[in-house]
Amino acid sequence: MKAKIIITPKKAVVDPQGITVKKALEHMGYTGVTGVHIGKYIEIDLAPGTDKAAAQKALNDAAFKLLSNPVIEDYNLEIE
Amino acid sequence: MNFAVLQFPASNCDQDAVHAVRLLGHSARLLWHKESSLGDTDCVIVPGGFSYGDYLRCGAIARFSPVMQAVKQFADNGGLVLGICNGFQVLTEAGLLPGALIRNRDLQFHCENIFLKTATNDSPFTSQIPTGKILRVPIAHGEGCYFADEATLAKLKANNQILWQYCDASGNLTDSANPNGALQNIAGICNEQRNVAGLMPHPERACEPLLGSDDGKWIFESIFAALKNKTVATCA
Repeated sequence: MKAKIIITPKKAVVDPQGITVKKALEHMGYTGVTGVHIGKYIEIDLAPGTDKAAAQKALNDAAFKLLSNPVIEDYNLEIE
Repeated sequence: MNFAVLQFPASNCDQDAVHAVRLLGHSARLLWHKESSLGDTDCVIVPGGFSYGDYLRCGAIARFSPVMQAVKQFADNGGLVLGICNGFQVLTEAGLLPGALIRNRDLQFHCENIFLKTATNDSPFTSQIPTGKILRVPIAHGEGCYFADEATLAKLKANNQILWQYCDASGNLTDSANPNGALQNIAGICNEQRNVAGLMPHPERACEPLLGSDDGKWIFESIFAALKNKTVATCA
């Protein structure tokens, strides 16, 4: 089993990396790009047979306390 | 006065902080991050550096060190805690100070002298700074852009929690004097109770003329005065 966590900067937070990459894409001639947001991807390996609901609860807790900073970031958690 | 300077793996301004406190006539010792007690401590300094390699986010892992539990308790009891640079990041991650420090707006690491305006003398960290004095101190960071949501920012202003702002040599809060894009040119803040403060610049690197400036000493002198007047709690 794997947990996949995608962390993105909150919309209100200035994301200089995203802005710079957006400008680079425009410079390269890619059109229609209205925004780039750069975050993090974390993959967590879980022991086989782990209870999915319990893992979901524990990882939400971990994501809130450590894996993301709720002041500046949002996260999305998926377990498969 | 006894200062405890925390030491995490990859702290690198810990010795500078100890040196500055001793130079200014008080005692300071290093405190390893695995310690769970502060011992005889009047003030805690969370120093600059790259604790835990800045992995995940700056300060994100250091906040879970055993010593931080003791620091939190010390702060909750009214003890003085000063976070410098990475220490400021650790304190925001720990929830002891509001907001967060994010990547500099130009994505560059800035290592230079800047000017600081003291926004209020009403704190144990700023009381002795001469009125109108512009402090010239160094910065050295890549993630020093202060961010807080609008409600938090409004609260900081209403409670006079903004302590230092980046300014030009004449004290004007201009955008070009802002090295990292921090909201409202914020360089340092304190908590609502005013006993915990953090700032991105390094006052400990500017406490003697040999280093080009001794303006940083005013921040330490303010702490000494607060402790001398016993206006704050200590830990025996």
